[in-house]
Amino acid sequence: MVYGLIAVGYSLVYGIVGMINFAHGDVFMVGSFLALIAILACGGFPVPLALALALIFAMALCGLFGFAIERVAYRPLNRSHRLAPLISAIGVSIALQNGIELLQGARVKPIAPVITGGITLSTQGSFAATLSWAQLAIILVTLVVLGAVSWLVRRTDLGRAMRAVEQDRMMASLLGVDTARTISLAFVLGAALAGVAGLMFLVYYGVIDFFIGFTAGIKAFTAAVLGGIGSIEGAVLGGLLIGLIETFWSAYGSAAYKDVAAFAVLILVLLVRPEGLLGQRTAEKV
Amino acid sequence: MKTALRDAGLSALIAFILALPLAGLVTTPDESLQLRLVFHPWPVAAITVGAFLLRLLWLRRPRFTLPKVRGLGSWALVPVALLPLVSGGRGLDVGLLVLTYLMLATGLNIVVGLAGLLDLGYVAFYAVGAYTTALLTTEAGFGFWSALPLAGLLAAFAGLLLGIPVLRLRGDYLAIVTLGFGEIVRVVLINWQSLTNGADGISGIPYPRLFGLDFSRAGRASVFRLFHLPYDRLDRQVWFYLLALALTLLANLVVARLRRSPLGRAWEALREDEIAARALGLEPTRLKLAAFTTGAFFAGLAGAFFAARQGFVSPESFTFMESALVLAIVVMGGAGRQLGVIWAAVVMIGGFELVRGFAEYRMLIFGLALVAIAVARPGGLIAARLPSVRLNPLRRGA
Repeated sequence: MVYGLIAVGYSLVYGIVGMINFAHGDVFMVGSFLALIAILACGGFPVPLALALALIFAMALCGLFGFAIERVAYRPLNRSHRLAPLISAIGVSIALQNGIELLQGARVKPIAPVITGGITLSTQGSFAATLSWAQLAIILVTLVVLGAVSWLVRRTDLGRAMRAVEQDRMMASLLGVDTARTISLAFVLGAALAGVAGLMFLVYYGVIDFFIGFTAGIKAFTAAVLGGIGSIEGAVLGGLLIGLIETFWSAYGSAAYKDVAAFAVLILVLLVRPEGLLGQRTAEKV
Repeated sequence: MKTALRDAGLSALIAFILALPLAGLVTTPDESLQLRLVFHPWPVAAITVGAFLLRLLWLRRPRFTLPKVRGLGSWALVPVALLPLVSGGRGLDVGLLVLTYLMLATGLNIVVGLAGLLDLGYVAFYAVGAYTTALLTTEAGFGFWSALPLAGLLAAFAGLLLGIPVLRLRGDYLAIVTLGFGEIVRVVLINWQSLTNGADGISGIPYPRLFGLDFSRAGRASVFRLFHLPYDRLDRQVWFYLLALALTLLANLVVARLRRSPLGRAWEALREDEIAARALGLEPTRLKLAAFTTGAFFAGLAGAFFAARQGFVSPESFTFMESALVLAIVVMGGAGRQLGVIWAAVVMIGGFELVRGFAEYRMLIFGLALVAIAVARPGGLIAARLPSVRLNPLRRGA
């Protein structure tokens, strides 16, 4: 689910601008740090309130991060060669990682479980299948957030503008769509989702460090491609699949090669169905 | 000026809001290892002021185009290449590192610069080369010389194997699959304990010999003993540096010739417009495969250098960061331009080593510098010759 949320951010940006936002995974990492700080700052508050505040805080600041990154590192490169924004993005990613390392220290940051307890689904002998409240909360929040994004893209003027820019940027700008603003907002939206994902990660795993963005970023991108890049439902599906593949692989195969599994599946999918599971086959314009 | 000030003020405000929690509230563990927030005002102030000044400088930057640097021809490289020889041990080490990366960049330049394929997992072939050398020399009793071509060939073979299935993919998918492949190779290196000794790596890789002679102090086949020369520990490095220099030069000559060959021209045609190239009867998949394999071959050679220079290989040396660094060199050099790539390798790796002093800030500076260079000179530090006719500039990356 966390992968899914990050993947949606990738998908949004890729769909509209056509670039791999390499720093996205690190925005997610920053989001989880923001959430950590917010939760620590709200120490005395009741848990639901603290979490809600942390959610809003992480989303808002990550959004602002997305805005700032787009302005500083990507917008000046709008019209240049395809490789330059990629280099710029790698630069942002490195700078974010090491900036956080310098500012917050390189050590892992553990917190006590925020949400405890759960419901037991079934008990067989000494094994119990439980669904913790934390997992439930994560699934619920993810569904709500994704529903909201889906609504935004499908129903609102902004969403329509995004889809128009995605299809043909020049035509959209001729028809009066403010493309620069639309692109910027896509970045903000994607980054805010990464912020949500950061909070989820923190709540679920309870441990973060400055390096989580890289692996999460790659896997989320894999998820986005797997599901069909540019499609929100596809990104979510891809995220779920990647998560499941990893879990089953570690359970039945070897945990050491867990990271390999996701990529192997990705390569297979791309060979058989390059447009992804839910993507649409686009004819190449000549 | 007034608008500039307001704009800079706005940037400072955004920087302040962003920095306040992240830089100001540092999560610090207390005695019971519970995390507490500690307020640090100085980083916040520094970031805010920094953003203000940078934005102001950017807005008021003088509007002139940089004069074309003419002196940076191939001859200017000669003193640079000789520099490590006079500067002694540390310089030699840096020089070897630069050459290793230059070799890598030469190979990647074929893939990215000429054929226009975005390869983010280039480090995988580098790793294959390094491990081949390491295993052959320590386990199978090969010398550096017999291991070197094998390292290149095996890496090329890996490129071929990866290339056959994935090169049918379009640009960005290719990027992500190669990125994945790079990670796969690294994970395999960590986990294939019996062959690669896992995360501990392989040590004891010998230095290359000179016609069967080595550079030990008193060995039977020692150069010093044979020719009655005074022993100097540095001579070994000098010899290796010259060797690497010659090989890199050779590689660059090969690539320079390759560019002008029908194959090279076909690659460039492919980079500019795949559909048009196909219409002219070129076979994209086969051409891409050739580029991929050739590029991987050079990465394998670079891997052999690396293994022999370090005397030690471990999976840690083959992370995505290496791929990113090499890609940065190629792009900064103005993808496709050989001289530019050489200069970029010298400047970036050399510069990187220069700031080794501030190890903590090094990566941060590197990241910011990448952004700054990419934004200021998107065509590369040493700008490439742009295509004389550009059709439909809006259709990018379609």
